[in-house]
Amino acid sequence: MGEEHQQYSIDLGNLAAFDPYHQFSSIPDSREDLVKECIAHGTKLIQSVADALFNLPSTEDASGPVVALPPPSTKLPREKPLPKPKPPTKWEVFAKKKGIQNKKKDKLVFDEQTGSWKRRHGYDRVNDDNDVPIIEAKMTDEPGVDPFAKRRSEKKQRVEKQEKNRLHNLKEASKVGALPSHVQLAATALPITGTQTAPRKVSKDELQNVAGMAATSTASGGKFDKKLAGEKPPKHDKKYRKFLPVVEGSGMGSLERQQTDKILNKLMAKNSNEIFNVGKN
Amino acid sequence: IATLFLLGFWVFHQKTAFLLLIIILLQVTGNRRVTGENPISQTIYIMLRIKTPKSLRAKRALDKRAPKLVELGKKTLILHGTKTSNTMNAVLTEIYHLKKDNAVRFSRRNDNIRPFESGGETSLEFYSLKTDCSLFVFGSHSKKRPDNLVIGRMYDHHIYDLVEVGVENFKSMSSCSYDKKIAPLIGSKPFFAFIGEGFENVDELKHLKEVLLDLFRGQVVSNLNLAGLDRVYVCTAVSSKKVLFTLCALRLKKSGSVVPRVELVEVGPSMDLVVRRHRLPDEGLKKEAMKVAPELIQKKEKNVSKDAIAGKIGKIYVPDQQVGNASLPFTPKGVKRERREAKGKGEDNKHAEKKQKQKQNDDASA
Repeated sequence: MGEEHQQYSIDLGNLAAFDPYHQFSSIPDSREDLVKECIAHGTKLIQSVADALFNLPSTEDASGPVVALPPPSTKLPREKPLPKPKPPTKWEVFAKKKGIQNKKKDKLVFDEQTGSWKRRHGYDRVNDDNDVPIIEAKMTDEPGVDPFAKRRSEKKQRVEKQEKNRLHNLKEASKVGALPSHVQLAATALPITGTQTAPRKVSKDELQNVAGMAATSTASGGKFDKKLAGEKPPKHDKKYRKFLPVVEGSGMGSLERQQTDKILNKLMAKNSNEIFNVGKN
Repeated sequence: IATLFLLGFWVFHQKTAFLLLIIILLQVTGNRRVTGENPISQTIYIMLRIKTPKSLRAKRALDKRAPKLVELGKKTLILHGTKTSNTMNAVLTEIYHLKKDNAVRFSRRNDNIRPFESGGETSLEFYSLKTDCSLFVFGSHSKKRPDNLVIGRMYDHHIYDLVEVGVENFKSMSSCSYDKKIAPLIGSKPFFAFIGEGFENVDELKHLKEVLLDLFRGQVVSNLNLAGLDRVYVCTAVSSKKVLFTLCALRLKKSGSVVPRVELVEVGPSMDLVVRRHRLPDEGLKKEAMKVAPELIQKKEKNVSKDAIAGKIGKIYVPDQQVGNASLPFTPKGVKRERREAKGKGEDNKHAEKKQKQKQNDDASA
């Protein structure tokens, strides 16, 4: 193998060197030798890349010389599709037609009324609609119209119009397929016609209870009903019978008396209109 | 055969907005049906709700994953299948250490992932979507394919291409003895050296070269700090199926000129990759994935040339001035008369006759 000064193909953007002409005339027997030979050849290739790299114009930085790399020449595939250019919004179209330039606004604005610098948007802002104490009447005003309510309704209309425009812009963008990256479309359940609420999802516990509720209508309380595979027996958290305690604790009051009173009151209340008939014969 | 028609309506529902999609399924009758039945059509209603993130943090997270014009580096997903051997475990951990800042390593085994089978890649695609990784390294070990490594790429979180290699003669980072000061740091931009004619002639090796370049190159940068170059990947095509892959540390020694003398020291893992199977991408998919945004293609400046004497020169092309047909603000009387005469001569047959006939009719009626 003669020592040829070859121009290896170099991809500076990827810092890669390719040697397509190299042939192994004989593969060395031991792995060590093979590796050594590969590394030696690799050194030559990297030297040629370094030649090209260090000859690029460099600027001095704090940590070292910085070089502007050219874009890589080996084409590799993208990982995600190209984003589609989004169509101009309604305002952008209008601004372009009229030649309106976007003027950058300051965050703080001088308020003449108070003589201080207030923020343009947010808490305690300049020209807040809610803060006007007096609105002077104009000749064009109608007598019965409340100017404060009118202001509020106008603002509401403006907000609605803006929302409508925003949705229109999103619709136009989604038609082309250029929805902004943070907007996602999620499937929802169709609302029942007429109402705004979506149907409520029934939980597992509720479904289990429904079967138990239907079982109580049978004579034996659902004890001998045929159960489906996986259906659990109906829950009965409480006790089946309530017995009065044998020994009454202090502060309880006569429970037996309370029990009988309760039943008596219920009976009396039901038939209260028939009880008082002293004079009836 | 079913054709799908999509109609979208935007429904403004007080504060929320819904996109009502009507999907009409039209089933066209196949050849088997003898009687001329009408095509079955079904209308399905799907309501979509516009979901915007409620916090700036969520918005930033979504924007990070969105497709961009110029892409940042690809992330790698490293996982293994039903069974792995000791060498396979070591290989996967070494690759993970090499790519620590942009790789995700799964530690559990995944039985249902078979990259080369048609149904076995759904799990991979799901993981790729969730971790936002478009490269994956899948290791496994079986009697038929010992020490198997599948390196794959994704496009839009679907499998783009795959290369299956077997790992032989693996030598890990810890077994190489070297001066620890020259050890390559995480995240440094590597050099690549591809030696051998196999990388140009053999299909599989060409594919492997592309995939290795994609896997290890990191982010594409436009400004590079020359002090931070410290690793070299050397790949040699030993035969038409075998590639010797090794990582070396870079030492720049002083030389007389601006360009330093390069010295390579074997540092990292070295292994023999034996190509087993590979799957190239579809032509259509490949074309789509290789597309470059038209804004990024540098347009050649036209009509600019350099002259040694004059410097930068360009030609001015004057369009042909048609002096005779220029539209003047006023037409002089002479031209008007000429035109009238020309009109009279040229159209004497039709127009004049018509006019005369009309005149006669008028006279007759009057």
